[in-house]
Amino acid sequence: MERARDVKKVHPAVVSAQAFQVADHRPVERLFEDAEGKDRRDKALSRYPEKKGALLPMLAYAQERNGWISANNMEEIALTLDLTPAYVRSVATFYTMYAKRPVGKYWIQVCTCISCHVNRGEEVFEAFLEHTGTRAGEVSDDGKWTVIEAECLGACGFATAVQVNDQYFENVTPETVPEVLAQLEKGGSEE
Amino acid sequence: MGYPHSHELEVGTILSRHFGDPKARDLNTWLTYGGYEGLKKALEMEPAEITTVVKDSGLRGRGGAGFPTGLKWTFMPQEQKGPHYLCCNADESEPGAFKDREILRWVPHLLIEGCLVAARAIHAEHVYIYVRGEYFPFTNILNDAVVQAYEAGYIGENILGSGWNCDLTVHIGAGAYIAGEETGLMSSLSGGRAEPRIKPPFPAQSGVFGSPTTVNNVETLAAVPMIVVNGSDWYRQWGTEKSPGTKLWCCSGNLERPGNYELELGVSLKDVIYEVCGGAPNGKKIKAVIPGGSSTALLTADELDVPSTYEGLQEAGSSLGTASPIVLDEDVNIVRAMRRIADFYAHESCGQCVQCREGTSWVAQILRRIEVGDGRLSDLDTLYDLCEQLTGRTICVLADSVVFPLRSSLDKFRGEYEALIGGRP
Ligand SMILES: Cc1cc2nc3c(=O)[nH]c(=O)nc-3n(C[C@H](O)[C@H](O)[C@H](O)COP(=O)(O)O)c2cc1C
Ligand code: SF4
Ligand code: FES
Repeated sequence: MERARDVKKVHPAVVSAQAFQVADHRPVERLFEDAEGKDRRDKALSRYPEKKGALLPMLAYAQERNGWISANNMEEIALTLDLTPAYVRSVATFYTMYAKRPVGKYWIQVCTCISCHVNRGEEVFEAFLEHTGTRAGEVSDDGKWTVIEAECLGACGFATAVQVNDQYFENVTPETVPEVLAQLEKGGSEE
Repeated sequence: MGYPHSHELEVGTILSRHFGDPKARDLNTWLTYGGYEGLKKALEMEPAEITTVVKDSGLRGRGGAGFPTGLKWTFMPQEQKGPHYLCCNADESEPGAFKDREILRWVPHLLIEGCLVAARAIHAEHVYIYVRGEYFPFTNILNDAVVQAYEAGYIGENILGSGWNCDLTVHIGAGAYIAGEETGLMSSLSGGRAEPRIKPPFPAQSGVFGSPTTVNNVETLAAVPMIVVNGSDWYRQWGTEKSPGTKLWCCSGNLERPGNYELELGVSLKDVIYEVCGGAPNGKKIKAVIPGGSSTALLTADELDVPSTYEGLQEAGSSLGTASPIVLDEDVNIVRAMRRIADFYAHESCGQCVQCREGTSWVAQILRRIEVGDGRLSDLDTLYDLCEQLTGRTICVLADSVVFPLRSSLDKFRGEYEALIGGRP
């Protein structure tokens, strides 16, 4: 999904709600040196009465840009928002969607929570591990895949639910896992 | 109408009329559907009048607790000393719940309109919609609608020439169930860990950024515009005295036709499960239903003939919660299912309270032990004891949440636990 890449086009009202974990991230050493980073930062700051309000949006931006959030990025965000690096780390590590180390190009989260559990969720999870040749949480040798178990993804009526980066795959069965992977290799699918 | 299936028992009038119709996402089409009429009417009303209509309609919060919405709005200070905020809770993470996402996905303008009407009623100058991080595709749909509404003058300065200003910001979380608890949400929104805090002070006294705040669920706010347009009596034509109106049901688990359905409050739970959703697939029998999302007490197949209202399910020893029944068929191993639920709460505990942090993982560990055949009968007493320890002793009710399904399963399916334990004392 090609979205929100044109800096000027991101409306300030939605700047804090851009999809991250995108497969085609555009790595950058320092977040707020180019025009895009500055624009994101300033627009986010304009939406909260306190600088700290922009913390989650900036962490999300780091992940959108780099695919994960490094200690250096956390420090840069801390400096920008007048927070301590330790505080920023404590917030970043609280939330499961922020990757604290590099993950595969496709970050596959398989729901095994209750409604998916009774609809073969664990088997779907095992099938993803098998077909990607990885163990839970590790990056495959070609850098493409990371598979993890997830808690409820809010798609319980469409079990088993799987999230890959910013897309949902629903009603997945162990048998359809190869199709999902093939679709991703071809460049993903819409909703 | 429901999504992806619909049923003749549905009253698809208020929330779900345009589910499945992608054109409804576009402002111009939405206007031809009667969109933003509620806002226009609200702009001509005094804030207190809006609150009165909503109060009289009897609308109750759809985030799980069922608190009367209009009453909640009256808690906001009438004399305005600084900014007021409205937070729309779109963190939807309770296992079993997937209704708010369909509102974001199909009728984003209905939600925006509801937010604005509520903001006017509580003198809020800024609305934050806090969407759970995972909902990227639905957030993108909402984002497009928000930008369109800003550009057309429905949000921002001097809304529709009324002289009233109100901003709206979409904000996403990053995978934390506890960010759905209202004080956790406010902490997360202001750049913190989503750790709940003790009340008082209540959000209406000191909320996000230290200012008076109201937190309302997506479905609650989406019901508001039609109530303002048509009046409180109109809304009360559905439901019961204590539970008026319609409710989005999200039905999941072992069902023939899982999904969202908009039903009048008060239909029998049994009809929801068997008539509307077609019962369990492959002719299987239903063993149990967790009626209101994973944090509610389970009912056996024989206990389903109850009116699906807040009061009806309470009398049946459970709770309507978010109206998200999770159906377990005869093949489901109850101990294993409870272990999976306990894993969820252990994983999502924010860790501030000892009872919750330790207790939820003890429950999960003991259940896992029983599941693999290493349990003993004394474990059942320990589990009951933990139910006591986890009830009413913590900052928020996440700890209590695991108790409802657990204790009811121990009471109602003790035989399954004992069979796995095999008599070891
Ligand atoms: C652990 C926990 C999680 C919650 N998660 C949600 C949620 O995801 N969405 C929601 O609207 N309310 C959730 N709530 C309820 C909120 O605290 C709050 O009562 C609700 O958003 C108020 O809106 P309402 O009055 O419109 O229902 C949760 C409560 C608790 C204790
Ligand atoms: S009860 Fe659990 S989730 Fe709630 S504040 Fe305490 S530790 Fe956190
Ligand atoms: S239980 Fe799997 S999406 Fe909710």
